[in-house]
Amino acid sequence: MSKIKPSQGAPYARIMGVGGYRPTRVVPNEVILETIDSSDEWIRSRSGIATRHWASEEETVAAMSVEASGKAIADAGITPEQIGAVIVSTVSHFKQTPAIATEIAHLVGAGKPAAFDISAGCAGFGYGLTLAKGMIVEGSAEYVLVIGVERLSDLTDKEDRATAFLFGDGAGAVIVGPSKVPAIGPTVWGSEGDKSETIKQTVAWDEFHAERPEKFPAITQEGQAVFRWAVFEMAKVAQQALDAAGISPEDLDVFIPHQANMRIIDSMVKTLKLPENVTVARDVETTGNTSAASIPLAMERLLATGQAKSGDTALVIGFGAGLVYAATVVTLP
Amino acid sequence: MAATQEEIVSGLAEIVNEIAGIPVEDVQLDKSFTDDLDVDSLSMVEVVVAAEERFDVKIPDDDVKGLKTVGDAADYILKHQG
Repeated sequence: MSKIKPSQGAPYARIMGVGGYRPTRVVPNEVILETIDSSDEWIRSRSGIATRHWASEEETVAAMSVEASGKAIADAGITPEQIGAVIVSTVSHFKQTPAIATEIAHLVGAGKPAAFDISAGCAGFGYGLTLAKGMIVEGSAEYVLVIGVERLSDLTDKEDRATAFLFGDGAGAVIVGPSKVPAIGPTVWGSEGDKSETIKQTVAWDEFHAERPEKFPAITQEGQAVFRWAVFEMAKVAQQALDAAGISPEDLDVFIPHQANMRIIDSMVKTLKLPENVTVARDVETTGNTSAASIPLAMERLLATGQAKSGDTALVIGFGAGLVYAATVVTLP
Repeated sequence: MAATQEEIVSGLAEIVNEIAGIPVEDVQLDKSFTDDLDVDSLSMVEVVVAAEERFDVKIPDDDVKGLKTVGDAADYILKHQG
């Protein structure tokens, strides 16, 4: 038998740079109230959301990703040609093939990297990060561009008073690269397919094509069931990620949960009994729920505003449709 | 040992007080969680989870919708507690 030369990876991986892009148009609750019977007070008390960004025609999934990626590449201090793989997590790019990652890779000037999309809903960033870490340690890429990007305004039923105010658009990107010290902890991840109907697309694309229903497909959810699962089950997963990384709550500087809803964030913080000095990302207030983009967008904003700093230890957890989840502890870039 | 209806109501009052800041004496059998006690649908989930722990009972999401008043919740717990 011939001997196959093994690949040579880095000892560890780390997030080297982060970038975000929020569409130019800021949409306040007043605009949402034009199509639903509700109130600013109700929306704020149920979700903590005051404004969100909605993309224009020109702010496509690719265009937003390229903007966010450019910032992440600059922040990491590498050149686009050094990128060996591009992973894009999205549920709102409307072409099943080819993967939008290939176009983004080309547009950022990355040459010919491996490029593919993943579908892991609001846990997509953690899934992408975990894949990137594995690729770097295993040796199939030195630098990986991980992008979470959504145009959820395209999948929002603007007349549904339970969800019309929740979703926003945007892109968040990180560069993951080699590290001499551990900077991304073990990922605690999984799926609960028995609950796959809890958050779902209202109409499948083939049904939409065949039946031409009045309404375009949208994301819908069972609010109370999602809230219970997100707060109480995900707090356990977050705790497991801390334990797996050997980090106590006292060692933690920053908590960046998926920006689904301020009430979920507040209840998670309470359930996890995080010390008061832990900085908690609350980007949902002005960005809405941007699914896979929410964690890198929140991370970028915490760093940009000085609420968090490079080298801080952060717990990140994403959770959403599937029901899928991924939590890990990282060192901030 | 199984809790009595009186114990359940006083336990629910403490939970509602903790979660929604409602005075314990306002939490009476005939009070509606949403209309009288300012417990919205998300706070109701927190009340339910706290009640599950306190009274060793499982209250599935589908059953939560049927618990309109404190009396509904107390009866449910009385019947289902372990």
